Amino acid sequence: MNVQAWTYLIVAATFALYIGIAWWSRVRTTSGFYVAGRGVPAVANGMATGADWMSAASFISMAGLISFMGYTGTIYLMGWTGGYVLLALLLAPYLRKYGKFTTSEFVGDRYYSDAARLVAAGCTIFVSFTYIAGQMRGVGVVFSRFLEVEVHWGVIIGVVIVFFYAVLGGMRGITYTQVAQYCVLIVAFLIPAAAISWKITGNPIPQFGFGDTVQEGQQAGVFLLEALDALHRELRLPEYTAAFVPGKKSMIDVTAIALALMVGTAGLPHVLVRFYTVRSARAARWSALWALVFIGLLYTTAPAVAAFARVNLISTLHNTSYSEVPEWFRSWETTGLISFDDQDGDGVIDMSDGANELTVDQDIMVLANPEIAELPAWVVALVAAGGLAAALSTAAGLLLVIASAISHDIAKSILWKDMSSRKELLLARVTASVAVVVAAYFGISPPGFVAQVVAFAFGLAASSFFPVLVLGIFTRTTTKEGAIAGMSSGILFTGAYIVYFRLIRPEATADDWLFGISPEGIGAVGMLINFALALIVSRFTKPPPDKVQQLVSEIRLPRERGAESA
Amino acid sequence: MAILLSIWFVCSYVLGIFLVEPLNGAQLGGFPLGFWFAHQGSIYVFIVLILVYAATMDRLDRRYGVD
Repeated sequence: MNVQAWTYLIVAATFALYIGIAWWSRVRTTSGFYVAGRGVPAVANGMATGADWMSAASFISMAGLISFMGYTGTIYLMGWTGGYVLLALLLAPYLRKYGKFTTSEFVGDRYYSDAARLVAAGCTIFVSFTYIAGQMRGVGVVFSRFLEVEVHWGVIIGVVIVFFYAVLGGMRGITYTQVAQYCVLIVAFLIPAAAISWKITGNPIPQFGFGDTVQEGQQAGVFLLEALDALHRELRLPEYTAAFVPGKKSMIDVTAIALALMVGTAGLPHVLVRFYTVRSARAARWSALWALVFIGLLYTTAPAVAAFARVNLISTLHNTSYSEVPEWFRSWETTGLISFDDQDGDGVIDMSDGANELTVDQDIMVLANPEIAELPAWVVALVAAGGLAAALSTAAGLLLVIASAISHDIAKSILWKDMSSRKELLLARVTASVAVVVAAYFGISPPGFVAQVVAFAFGLAASSFFPVLVLGIFTRTTTKEGAIAGMSSGILFTGAYIVYFRLIRPEATADDWLFGISPEGIGAVGMLINFALALIVSRFTKPPPDKVQQLVSEIRLPRERGAESA
Repeated sequence: MAILLSIWFVCSYVLGIFLVEPLNGAQLGGFPLGFWFAHQGSIYVFIVLILVYAATMDRLDRRYGVD
C-alpha cells in the first residue's frame, strides 16, 4: 500500500474512534457539559490536558523551530513546560477547591464585581479565538498535503468532526476523545524519533541518543552535538549549542520570553478549566503532575528530533548537486515548503551564511522526517494522523471554553439570571456551534495577522489573568479596584507595545526595544506592572467585604467546600 | 512551597539561562552542561518538583485528618 492509502486508512480509523467515544460519553446536564460532572480520574485528566495543551504548533512546528534556533529554542521548551509548576503550586488546586464552572466566575466572585467577570470573559474569548483559527488551519494543511483534498474541504471535514463530539459530548465527550488523541499523537511523534535516533547514533531513546556519538560517515565516533557545532562553523553560522552569541537572542530577551510563556501557560483559560473536571483539589495536583509527565514525553523528544533533523538536513543537502537531491526533496518542493534558488548558477546547493541558496519551512522538519529517514509508509501516515489529533483536540478544548464564557459567564450570570439549566445547556450547544462555524471561517481565510497574534496571546494572558488569580488566592486585601486597574493596565501596556513594534515600527531592532526585550517577551513586563498596580491601588481603596476575605481564607484551608451546586 | 519555587527558578533561569556559558565548559556525556539544562534537565526538574509538592500536600492533608 502506498502512503496515501495508509493515510486514508489510519485517519479514518482514528476519526471513527473519536466519534464512537463521543457517542458513548454524550451528556445531558450543564455540569456534564462544562466540567464533565467532575468525575474524571487524575491520570485521564493529565492525558486530556496534554492533548488539549499540545496543539498543531507543538506537534508540527516546534521541533523545526528549535532546529533553526539551536540553544535559543529553550524558550519554547522551558516556557511551555515551566508554567505547569506554577499551575500546580499556585493555581489549580485552589481554583478546583473553589469549585464553580469557569475561571471568570472565580474572578467575578473574588473581586465582587460583574465588571471584573465580564473583562475576564472577554479576555477568554479573545485569547481562545486567536488560538482556534491556527488549529483549524493546521487541520486544513495536513489534509491537503497528505490526502490531496483542497484546504477548505480539509477544514470542513475537521469542523464536522469537532462539532459532533464537542457539541454533543460537551466536556465529557472532549475529555475522553482527548485521551484517545493523546495516545495517537504521542505514538506518532515517538516512533519516527526513535527510528531516526537509532539510525544515526545506534541508541533508540532520542533523549539519550542526541548526547551520543555519530555511528557512520566522516563524523563517526564524534558526539552528535559536537558534529553539529562543527557543521555550523563550516557554514559560518553561530554554533548550535552556543547561547547569546551574535545572531541569537540576548540573555534578557530569552529570560523575558521564557517567563512570559510560562506565566501565560498558567493563565490560559482552556488549560485552567481542565482542572475543574477532577474530583478534588488533591486530584487537581496529581493531574497537573500527570499532565506534565505526558507533555514532557513529547517536549524532551522534540529537541532531539530538532538536532537530528538539523544534522540530516545539512549533511544531505549542503554541497550537494541539485540534480542529485533525494526523492523527498522533490515531493516537498511541489508544496513550496522547501526551495532552492541557485544564485551563483553552479547547480550546487550552498547553505553557508551570506550565500545561502536553500529556503526551508520549519514545518517540514517533523512532517518530512520519516521520509528523510526512509521509514515505511504507515509511519508517514501515522504522523499525519498525529498532527490531526493534536490540532483537533486543542480546537475542541478551546471551543468549549468559548461556549462556556458566553453561555455561563455572560448570558446566565449577567443578562438572564433566571435562565433554567436546560435552557443554559441548549444555549451552550448553540454557542459552541456558532463558534465552530466562525473558527472554520478563520481557518479557511485566515486574516494575515493570526499567526503572529497566536504567539502574543501568551503575553496577553500573562499580563492579564495570572497576577489577578494569584493575588486573588494568596492575599485577602486585594480589592476590586486594584484588580481591574492591574488587569487593564497590564493588557493595555502589553497590547500597545506589541502593536507599536509589530504594526507601526516593524523595522525596529533590539536597540529600540525597552531593555532589549522583544514584543514576544514583553508580557513578562506587563505582568509585573499588573502586580505592582494591583497592590498599590488596593492599599488606597476600601478593603474587600468580610464575606470575600472569609472566602479567601477558606479556599486555602485543606478542607473541601460543602455540597456543590451542579 | 517557597523552597520548591526557588528550585524552579534556579534550575530554569539560573542554570538554563544566566549561567549557560560557564556551564557549557563542562560536559555531561555528549552534552554541554548548560545546553542540557536548557533543553532537557529543566523539564525533568519541573516534573520532580510537582511530584514532591503533590506528595507533600497529601501528607499534610492526612496529618490534619482531611481526605
